Amino acid sequence: MSFSLEHNDDVLIVTVEGQLVVTNRQEFKQAILEAVEQGARVVVVDFTNSGYIDSSGLGALVSLSRRLREAGGDLRLVGLNEDLRTLFELTRLDALFPLYATRTDALGAR
Amino acid sequence: MITSRTWVLASELVHIEPVVQDIVCLCQEAGFSARHCRLNVPVAITEALANAMLRGNANETLRQVRVVVEVTTERLLVEVTDEGRGFDLDCAERTPDDADWLDREDGRGVYLMRQLMDQVENHCIDAGHRLRLILRRT
Repeated sequence: MSFSLEHNDDVLIVTVEGQLVVTNRQEFKQAILEAVEQGARVVVVDFTNSGYIDSSGLGALVSLSRRLREAGGDLRLVGLNEDLRTLFELTRLDALFPLYATRTDALGAR
Repeated sequence: MITSRTWVLASELVHIEPVVQDIVCLCQEAGFSARHCRLNVPVAITEALANAMLRGNANETLRQVRVVVEVTTERLLVEVTDEGRGFDLDCAERTPDDADWLDREDGRGVYLMRQLMDQVENHCIDAGHRLRLILRRT
């Protein structure tokens, strides 16, 4: 798995390639937390090119969402395929995260 | 026909993904659905292996995890054995009905395994703990 970060004022776009799982969730979480410390308030995570997410990856997203809400921002998820949507529905985490089809939709919700 | 594979792994998370990919390939060859191969199998087995390494073996790399897989055109059977004392699956399982479900970072692994597999059992054995996962193809 790899991820890339794009900063634009207080917006951070994170593109995830591959699986977000127990082996890489800490690195993913730390990179976003550092961006939040530096002023990011709207974080859009794009899973268009992602595979699966395990409970550790979901946990990292929950933790980041809480941190962003505390800072007055929010975490938005983009590009979830049918499998990933199922995962969020099974765990009822779709109630926690705003899910968008595209980055434009996610950024337009500001 | 039954296809069987066994792995003996040190408790290092880096070993998880190659084993998961091998098991997914076995399931694809046995005719499991794309959904099973993309979601159910990789997520549930990642959970089981991570649980064995981090909790069962307390993240001690010298402790081993043994993975035995049997795949037929009817079902996938995975047994994950660690060197820990085991745990009560029902006590370990948290659910979306828990008050702190949307706030807590951990504690969704057992729930996910049960949602994604047809059967999840655990057994304490002489030298550790064994988790048994079954997924039926249809």
